[in-house]
Amino acid sequence: MNRIDVKFDELKEKNEKALITFITAGDPNRDTTVHLVLAMEKAGADIVEIGIPYSDPVADGIVIQESSIRALKNGIKISNIMDIVKDIRKQSSIPLLYLVYYNCIFKFGIERFMEECNAAGIDGLIIPDLPLEERGEIAELAFRNNVYIVPMVAPTSEERVKSILHNGRGFVYCVSTNGVTGTRDKIATDLESYMNLVKRYSKIPRAIGFGVSSSVMAEEFSKYCEGVIVGSAIIKLIAAAKDKKEAVSKVSGFVRELKRAML
Amino acid sequence: MKGRFGQFGGQYIPETVMNAVMELEVEFDKAMKDESFLEEYHYYLKEYSGRETPLYYARALSEKYGGAKIYLKREDLNHTGAHKINNVLGQVLLARRMGKKRIIAETGAGQHGVATATVAAMFQMECEIFMGEEDIRRQSLNVFKMKILGAKVTAITSGTGTLKDAVSGAFRDWVANIDNTFYVIGSVMGPHPYPTMVRDFQRVIGDEARKQIQEKEGRLPDYIIACVGGGSNAMGIFYPFIEDKEVKLVGVEAAGLGLDTDQHAATITKGSLGVIHGMKTYVLQDEDGQIMPVYSISAGLDYPGIGPEHAYLKDCGRAEYTAITDKEALDAFKELSLMEGIIPAIESAHAVAYALILATTLSKDKIIIVNLSGRGDKDINTVAEEMGVKLA
Repeated sequence: MNRIDVKFDELKEKNEKALITFITAGDPNRDTTVHLVLAMEKAGADIVEIGIPYSDPVADGIVIQESSIRALKNGIKISNIMDIVKDIRKQSSIPLLYLVYYNCIFKFGIERFMEECNAAGIDGLIIPDLPLEERGEIAELAFRNNVYIVPMVAPTSEERVKSILHNGRGFVYCVSTNGVTGTRDKIATDLESYMNLVKRYSKIPRAIGFGVSSSVMAEEFSKYCEGVIVGSAIIKLIAAAKDKKEAVSKVSGFVRELKRAML
Repeated sequence: MKGRFGQFGGQYIPETVMNAVMELEVEFDKAMKDESFLEEYHYYLKEYSGRETPLYYARALSEKYGGAKIYLKREDLNHTGAHKINNVLGQVLLARRMGKKRIIAETGAGQHGVATATVAAMFQMECEIFMGEEDIRRQSLNVFKMKILGAKVTAITSGTGTLKDAVSGAFRDWVANIDNTFYVIGSVMGPHPYPTMVRDFQRVIGDEARKQIQEKEGRLPDYIIACVGGGSNAMGIFYPFIEDKEVKLVGVEAAGLGLDTDQHAATITKGSLGVIHGMKTYVLQDEDGQIMPVYSISAGLDYPGIGPEHAYLKDCGRAEYTAITDKEALDAFKELSLMEGIIPAIESAHAVAYALILATTLSKDKIIIVNLSGRGDKDINTVAEEMGVKLA
């Protein structure tokens, strides 16, 4: 059974919402990435998304763009990131997903990528530039390697929601608002009707991401879904920290605060 | 498959814009079947942009090189000085038809940005142009023109500060403002239907050239040569000749400082299959799929991808692609100015440079058409800098 399913079943038992946190692999360096994931788990994160840095991340705002640039400047490669995941797996069974742009998978080799994900212990992929229509070329290889391709819906999806969620597995990533990733003070979307639409077609948990900047927003969002995704707000703390120790402690504190707000 | 040229093309884009792109596809198909839309488009091509553009026989140049007859398709004589306006007129008319109030565009050399700002001004539409900060430096004249035309010019500081980053910047704005904004892509690239749409709005170049050469020579040319960055001027002139197998089609990429260096933008010559800006095509990238920095003296050619239909034409052998260095392009820039009194865009000078090499190898009964995609006013500063001349 996929770790993502196990986790959501557990949370359902406890009547809890999933806190899904995001960091970029290799920002500021690979050792810190391992420590941050373990620290976030300890502080209450239920699932972690690890971003594979990409040179041209069109779905990301400035915070994650800059994080990617820092990681790439450090020379991090996909093979290093697979090793990071293996290191984490020695100490943790938290569900792990990659946030990865399609060209990285395609150029690395779809089959090789899926096999290495499986071997390292990756449970799912979020691919922001691979819509339903183009998923055919990876679906079979992902399935064979027990790697979920997380379906994504947006407020603009409307009648597409049904086909996007057909046979969806893991959870559905609900983009909160039109735009790119990044913290926002508020969002304009009517979350209630949007989440009701998604629920009508979804047999899997719904997680809302994009724009969550505080525990107040995490609490608000969590009323409408089964999980909340926080990325840029965490990256900002890492970027501002003066060293690894401060980064780990700041991020732990924030994650703890987020989880508490969602209980 | 829908929106594909063989294995190339597709729609590799975030879900947020999928419905918009699908709506665009439907509206574009309807418009192209609507006589009144086509009439309006051709009205503006003629009355506003000054089409048709001449097919000029470059006698002095042809005689000097002693081989084939060289004709120049004078796209530089369009309003705003390049072929870009053909496509912009089509897309902005489509945007109006779809009720969009705001126009955005990316630009590299600034030609597409100026054309977009121009047409937006004519139709009194809000316009924002995204441009890499390095290109803003290289093309300050065009930046100022866009501002005079009432457009907002937004500098993109991420990445290499060039065309690919401008595309990403425009794309991010589009995702955020999908309800009221029409993204006018400037080349035969991006997700379906853009490569097809831009080609169809640029094919007027080839349609005219085909008719003109038959009038002048009573036959089709042996070669058509065009420079290729994203590839819209090339696709526009190639497309009406695709079924004419006797006409050889040659795309000229930017070899920058040389193909044996890492300072070039020769995507087809040196790239590999990948996905960039919504399309599967040839891409300059590393083994992890990270897009490589590209370089050319011309801001309009330094893009690390290429329109998917070019990738297809290359794969099936219908067109061939070669590359010309900065130095060769600069020499051709000067040569065309001196021999014919035409100062070409440095992009177009790449096509001229290859034509001159090719012409000497051909007999006098052969005919070459070079697509002179733009004029060189915008490049005067760059060329002066290269020649070590300081302008006031």
